[in-house]
Amino acid sequence: MVTQIWRRIAARRLTITFLLLGLIILLFIFVPLLKMIFSSSPSLLFDTLLEGEVRSAIWLTLYTALLATVVGLLLGVPLAYFLARHRFPGKRFVEALIDVPIVVPHTAAGVALLFVFGQNFLAGKAFHSIGIDFVSAVPGIIIAMLFVSVPFLIDSAKQGFEKVDVRLEKVARTLGASPWQAFFRVSLPLAWRSIFAGSVMMWARGISEFGAVLILAYHPMIAPILVYERLEEYGLDYALPVASLLIIICLLIFIGLRSIAYRGERA
Amino acid sequence: MIEIKNLSVDLGTFLLQDINLKIERGEYFIILGPTGAGKTILLESIAGLHPIKSGEIWLNGSEVTNLEPERRGIGFVYQDYALFPHLSVKGNLLFGLKQKRRSKGEMQLIVEWVTGLLGVSHLLERNPSTLSGGERQKVALARALSISPQVLLLDEPLSALDPHAREGVQQELRQIHHRLKATIVHVTHDFEEAIALGDRIAVLGEGRILQVGTPEQIFRQPNSEFVARFSMSRNIFAGEVRDADDGHVTITIEGMKLEVVTELRGKLHASLRPEDILISRELLRSSARNCLRGTITHINDRGSTLYLTVSTPLDFICLLTRRSFEEIGLRVGEEVYTTFKASAIHVF
Repeated sequence: MVTQIWRRIAARRLTITFLLLGLIILLFIFVPLLKMIFSSSPSLLFDTLLEGEVRSAIWLTLYTALLATVVGLLLGVPLAYFLARHRFPGKRFVEALIDVPIVVPHTAAGVALLFVFGQNFLAGKAFHSIGIDFVSAVPGIIIAMLFVSVPFLIDSAKQGFEKVDVRLEKVARTLGASPWQAFFRVSLPLAWRSIFAGSVMMWARGISEFGAVLILAYHPMIAPILVYERLEEYGLDYALPVASLLIIICLLIFIGLRSIAYRGERA
Repeated sequence: MIEIKNLSVDLGTFLLQDINLKIERGEYFIILGPTGAGKTILLESIAGLHPIKSGEIWLNGSEVTNLEPERRGIGFVYQDYALFPHLSVKGNLLFGLKQKRRSKGEMQLIVEWVTGLLGVSHLLERNPSTLSGGERQKVALARALSISPQVLLLDEPLSALDPHAREGVQQELRQIHHRLKATIVHVTHDFEEAIALGDRIAVLGEGRILQVGTPEQIFRQPNSEFVARFSMSRNIFAGEVRDADDGHVTITIEGMKLEVVTELRGKLHASLRPEDILISRELLRSSARNCLRGTITHINDRGSTLYLTVSTPLDFICLLTRRSFEEIGLRVGEEVYTTFKASAIHVF
């Protein structure tokens, strides 16, 4: 009896080992998150939410990240489609370039953006002439978020388009569709799930951005910077409720959107 | 009518060159070639889906070389169906009609007509992923026909199907051609498929058209080694399949009756693999239903194997191993018996 059980365990040694190792990393992810959420009492969280400064910071974070995602959709999806459909010399280089914002330190990314969008520099001057300033302004927050988070959307959308068989587009053409119509009636609906998932990733990444925004626009203050400021100025007790609130909101949004993205996938 | 003049297409690793074809209205035209010969690209070039290097394409008397594919009025069917997975069968069939902004009533009529024609009316609400291969290919055909195309281009339409479904779709293709008087260009690597369906066959190989002719011309008088390789070492006959009085089925080929096993009837083709024919000096007592006496007219020595041509007077090519050839000790001019099972004959 006992030997049999041992034999069964032995047969699944790989599965069991991997499961145990996996559990360690799962605990590593979950424990800090859960502890954070439950360390502040609900009433304290509610009081924090009533603070004007906190509310406006959270609201600012959500909508700037959303605007960055919209810009990413408008400019990133066409690029993703182009990359999925064309081969050209230097394509790998371009693809690697797109992912660079993910790997550079985000404070460095912020400095790099400052050198282009600052008022004394090229793009900064051009935009200033039409009344848009980036430094210490909402547009600055948006481009900082855009820069560091758009790779997620482009990569995901590109993978989505690559999975769409080119012959479906070709058949659509023979059935009377122009290239635009083939794109909007065939390619886009078929890649939609990947694009949506990429958008969610991009938005989430935008919400959580700190370094690049810190350089470009400390004020108006987004939530991650507010957490940082409270920690620096008043200590952990003041930073904690804001941080908890931020995590709860992100978690709710992320879970909600993911369930939309994967709805019907099992069918 | 399709006319292709001096077409050349860059395939990356090689060129399709000097392609000249004239396909008549209402013709069932086969382009036969091995895998990798550029058949699909040639078809896509005709449809305007693949850029060409030089040459002209004419459709019903007007040049379409630079016309967008959506304005050519060409129906296209791919080997693996290419049904839109995000649309139902009905959605697939309506795709082209919506594009052409037909009225609701008109769309309804056309959908009823094409689904009736191909026997897929009961599948309208289904999702393509739930269909069998044969059903998918019929839906793909129906979708291509929904836009009332001037020409139907078929890219290996039977290759992805299991043998049973293949027979069914092959019948549908024959019917469509017959009933709609449709002009069809069908590419395949399958010699028997080409012979079964084609009014004429063009053999594509080594980047060019090697021979154009009727099925009989292609397999009786191949003009090159390459074309011959398609038909060589095969026995292919044209004949008529009928029910015999004794309840069996026979095919009559040039007056000679052979017993076969098939559900098909009428003017058809039969093929017999050379290795399925048994050669003997004496009449064999066996369960095999076909036994013919003939004379060896030709011996093609291939080393470890030999191909004998036995005239009964119908010419049969038979495959022998060197060992059995030497054991029996055969020579040209000798009389032998050829024996083969009724089930060894493939009717198509």
